Amino acid sequence: MTIFAACAALLMGLGLFGLITNPQPLRKIVAFNILGSGVFLLFGIVARRGAAAGVGADPVPQALVITGIVVAFAATAMAVALLLRLFADRGDTRLDHESAAGTEPARDDCRPP
Amino acid sequence: MTSALAFDLALAALVLAIATLTIAAREAMSAVISFIAYGLLLSLAWVRLRAPDVALTEAAIGAGVTGLLLLGAAATIGHRQAGAAPPLALMLAAGLACALVASGLAATTLVLLPEPAPTLAPPAMASLATTGLGNPVTAVLFVYRALDTLLEKVVLVLALLGVWSLAPDRVWGGVARLGPDAPPRAMLVFLAQLLPPVGMLIAIYMFWTGADHPGGAFQGGAILAAMWLIVLTARLADMPATSHPGLRLLVLAGPMLFAAIGFAGWALADAFLAYPEGYAKPLIILAEAGLTLSIAATLACLVAGPATRTPPP
Amino acid sequence: MTDAASQSVLPVLGIMLPATGMLLMLLVGGRYVEWLALVLLPAGLAVAAAIFAAVWREGHTLIYVVGGWQPPLGIALRADGLSAAMMLVTAVIICATGLFAGPQFSQPRGRPERRAPLVFWTLLLAIWAALNAVVVGADLFNLYVALELLTFAAVPLVALTGGTETIEAALRYLLFALLGSVSYLIGTVLLFAAYGTLDIALLSARVRPEPISWIAASLMTIGLIAKTALFPLHLWLPPAHAGAPAPGSAVLSALVVKGSFFLIVRLWFDAMPGLLNLAAAQLLAGLGAAAILLGSILALRQSRLKLLIAYSTVAQVGYLFLIFPLAGAASEPASSIAWTGGWLQLFSHAFAKAAMFMAAGLIAEALGHDRIAELGGIARRLPISTLAFALAGLSLMGVPPSGGFVAKWLLLLASVMQGQWWWAAVILLGGVLAGAYVLIVVGKALAPAGAAAAPTAPVSRRREVVALTVALGAVLLGLVPLQPSELLQIGRLDVHALAAR
Repeated sequence: MTIFAACAALLMGLGLFGLITNPQPLRKIVAFNILGSGVFLLFGIVARRGAAAGVGADPVPQALVITGIVVAFAATAMAVALLLRLFADRGDTRLDHESAAGTEPARDDCRPP
Repeated sequence: MTSALAFDLALAALVLAIATLTIAAREAMSAVISFIAYGLLLSLAWVRLRAPDVALTEAAIGAGVTGLLLLGAAATIGHRQAGAAPPLALMLAAGLACALVASGLAATTLVLLPEPAPTLAPPAMASLATTGLGNPVTAVLFVYRALDTLLEKVVLVLALLGVWSLAPDRVWGGVARLGPDAPPRAMLVFLAQLLPPVGMLIAIYMFWTGADHPGGAFQGGAILAAMWLIVLTARLADMPATSHPGLRLLVLAGPMLFAAIGFAGWALADAFLAYPEGYAKPLIILAEAGLTLSIAATLACLVAGPATRTPPP
Repeated sequence: MTDAASQSVLPVLGIMLPATGMLLMLLVGGRYVEWLALVLLPAGLAVAAAIFAAVWREGHTLIYVVGGWQPPLGIALRADGLSAAMMLVTAVIICATGLFAGPQFSQPRGRPERRAPLVFWTLLLAIWAALNAVVVGADLFNLYVALELLTFAAVPLVALTGGTETIEAALRYLLFALLGSVSYLIGTVLLFAAYGTLDIALLSARVRPEPISWIAASLMTIGLIAKTALFPLHLWLPPAHAGAPAPGSAVLSALVVKGSFFLIVRLWFDAMPGLLNLAAAQLLAGLGAAAILLGSILALRQSRLKLLIAYSTVAQVGYLFLIFPLAGAASEPASSIAWTGGWLQLFSHAFAKAAMFMAAGLIAEALGHDRIAELGGIARRLPISTLAFALAGLSLMGVPPSGGFVAKWLLLLASVMQGQWWWAAVILLGGVLAGAYVLIVVGKALAPAGAAAAPTAPVSRRREVVALTVALGAVLLGLVPLQPSELLQIGRLDVHALAAR
């Protein structure tokens, strides 16, 4: 269990590193998933430490992890959809464009019919 | 050194190695493929942590469906993403910061956690008999902390709505197309004809057995979604239009049924999301049945993405 | 040490009514979406009013134990005085936004379902459900799910009618929010590992000031600060709030960013009350002060109206963090005064910012652009909208009579009583800067139209009146008496009695 605790911490560090340093948003999303899975592994350590009453691991953190995995997938799906839309509109996906929202001409708000 | 310890050590080392490969890969596609391998190995780690439900969920959703999603994205945009590598100074600074964070968290986990560890296993197991279930994780998900599960279903539907909302106005309500337009390989078509019936059986079994053994709606739903996605990728069938009432019903039936059961609990058992005496297990299985179908539909639609073609007349 | 509480199903209804409504809307689609909105908005307002009335009348917290399973195994919901006030303000602003957005996001009869109306109404209800879940939640993981619900409703709202730049802003918002969620989650798991429960009331009894609780609190606070756009993690907010459609910007600036701030307060004041020492409080307020000054200065430099208002949000959020030194590590009666002042600042900013974004949206529709330099003559064409903007600006500046004035007065009073006069200086300077950017806009609006003035498009008078009414809400909050509010004290944990144990 100590092994997996160290593994979880290292995975979180790796994921954070990938999130910060990789310029491509798709790679950032992959790194975020690794970071998230490291956090869930930490939940798993807590569950394993809580083995009692005849069960091998505390069921409450396990349920929290299942919920977390589903939410993380939903987040990934939304991020990928935004990314693909950005790619379809612009042809590349880098986020380092200085926000031109201050200088571009204002878009019309959705006009009522 | 016992064999279990050796196995754990080897597994952890392998997981870390593949995670490093994923972060350091040159191209997006190789990163995603490494990520899928990483997810599958991680589910082995979950088995070693005595959490088989989580292992199944990680394999099915964390590695499987997420991997499909990322593969599709990498195929569409991966080869076009150049992006200059950040300056070495930034990489070293970030590396140092992340190493500090990782060692801090490792120290916290290894040194600062109290002994004996506080645990909720005793109360969970003590009340298990009254729920009629045999799997304590299912009991936590659907009985003790059912509000979390209900809200999380709403989160899933909301994410789907968010993804659909990115379709251009003129194709709203249309059909989503999975992956690039190249014709599928013969091998893929063969697999798509062979696997889905087997997969569906496994999925149904997984949902059914979740009440008393590892498994449940999430795992079964994810496998169903994966089967559907294989069929879609092999172009054996098309995704229904996003405005198709049947698809909407499929996506929403699960959470609405669960909410209805919750309100019924308010009327019949004195509290929202409580279960009447003796009816807990059948109601939970009913809710899980609806949720399996809805989760399958939602996950598949999330991977398929927003509409790209106008709806059929 | 909490006072008595009574069981009530209303907190659950507050969450489930908009949530099931949202699911129903998605199911029926088409024109029925607006009919459902017409039914659900008043119904939700009624539930919020009922909770408010119940808490005020009975003088104690409303509790609901979901499924009958008591914490630590199960989940409880708690509506104290603060939750009741937040729910009522949320309900009023969302109903007003619904009225404002009605003509803009309507489904024409007999035509196939359009994207923007369906998505807007469902997202509005989802944000409402999420905010209610955040303010009555009493379990840290349940609050995590509520936060994710809030983020997944807010991000598509930003991208709803936007072009490429707005999609990029939405993606940046999502990435910041996700990083924040992960940080919050790490803190949650550490707290569970150390104390064996995630229920806030149980934690308040078990948490000790030891390293692990400090680490958990810091991680959770950093995550929540990223979601609240406090300096220095504020970069995502201006393009996102400026790029959303006008009713979306109103809800985002007025309510969504306040949800994560609410949780920071819950964390430090209710879950881990013994932990807030002088250093932490001064650090948080210091970041708030930096936000006030930087946000206001950046607002002055903007050439587009919606961006100016968005930077103003960055600045006004900073005021909220003055609660920590003035009501946290502090003694009575200054603590109650600052508590009331801080929350009043949140409520009046919510009304004022919503009115401002509504007015800016109407102006942009009329002119076809929102460049500040070319606003000349708009006061003549849209007098009601300009008045709404000006009234909202008065509240931001802290000019009487307005909620903003009472709030800043109470905070000033508390900081002087505590001897922390440097916050008083920040509050006054912030007021002056806010005055500057509001007057710039109003001045330009009052100026005569330029020679090459473009014809204006017609704007619905009803929508202008809605914007004005919301601005009047900010002004009406100024009628609150200049003293600590009893309602906001209901259910508030008594720190000193706890410390004496």
